[in-house]
Amino acid sequence: MDTATVQSEFLQQLFAHRLLIPSGVDGLYGRGTWFERVVEGIDAAVQRIGAPDNAEALHFPPVVTQHNYQLSEHFKSFPDLVGVVRGFRGKDKDHLALVEKMERGEDWAANFGPTGVIMTPAACYPIYPTLKGTIPPEGKRVTVLSYCFRYEPSLDPARLQMFRQREHVRIGTPDDVREFAATWKARGEQLFKELSLDSWSDVANDPFFGRVGKMLAANQRDQGLKFELLVPITSREKPTACCSFNYHQDHFGHLFEIKLPTGEWAHTACVGFGLERTTLALFKTHGFDVEKWPATVRERLKL
Amino acid sequence: MTDQIRDVVRQHARLAVPVEQIPDDGDLYAAGLTSHASVNLMLALESAFDVEFPERMLRRRAFESIAAIRSALEELRGNG
Repeated sequence: MDTATVQSEFLQQLFAHRLLIPSGVDGLYGRGTWFERVVEGIDAAVQRIGAPDNAEALHFPPVVTQHNYQLSEHFKSFPDLVGVVRGFRGKDKDHLALVEKMERGEDWAANFGPTGVIMTPAACYPIYPTLKGTIPPEGKRVTVLSYCFRYEPSLDPARLQMFRQREHVRIGTPDDVREFAATWKARGEQLFKELSLDSWSDVANDPFFGRVGKMLAANQRDQGLKFELLVPITSREKPTACCSFNYHQDHFGHLFEIKLPTGEWAHTACVGFGLERTTLALFKTHGFDVEKWPATVRERLKL
Repeated sequence: MTDQIRDVVRQHARLAVPVEQIPDDGDLYAAGLTSHASVNLMLALESAFDVEFPERMLRRRAFESIAAIRSALEELRGNG
């Protein structure tokens, strides 16, 4: 069976077991009771293994401001994935025109204009603008959980348009972020092992857009700036990244003016756990009935 | 050509050391050239020299030194 068929069948099974709830749009689903309990279990497990870091927990709505979005230069790398929120600003006349267009099934998007709000593309994006200035000598550690949006409709349940990432972010010297990545790699591998997931790590690149993207992707691989913990969900040849490590060098430090006490731009790195992806990996590995999962896995997730 | 390359590097590479201190064969990445800055450098070189780097040159190695950039540009202009 080809991968697309396997993905589509897995999705239908998830619907049938009320783990995901269809919405009519590919990649946008409700979550059923057990699906959500597993998501929460994974998040809690990640937070327990990260507890020694004493990271500051921040919470943001799943949007970033247009100003901060532009500062992030995300649009240079991923213009095809971003979601922009638009809103209606008009008079009665415009409203009537809008209603008529909608009723006639015509394109009404032009009646909506910019709101200055962009959907969060990755959970850590709202963090960097809050760190402008000089960070303390020991650097900073922040953790955040957020829904993210990526415009990529797909029948692959592991490629959702809205999904959650639990991220831990380190801001500091190049040595600080390297040590952070090594620590979290070991923690992630240990957690996946305890969840009885068949996983391995590999160097990776982001899906950068266009010609410039080819160079960024090649650089990212050559320099080992991104690596992932992969789990086969619907394919062994194309395993799914359930945990991703990204070293941004001083990219965000420079863009958001985050400085080390020495005056140099701070380096940043993040580790993100894909909560839906890890949940899907567990359902694929251990079956659709959580009560029949191995006791060790249920214990680890407090299920 | 080397002087013009140095000008573009000075303006776009965001190096940790002044470009004057870097020999033609000096490693620009070791001098602080980051992944994103190397893309900005690549685009600025295309604009300054009115060329378009083909996909096979969109690699880290093509921009690793002033000499490497010079040789890539010469190849594109048919002088290499």
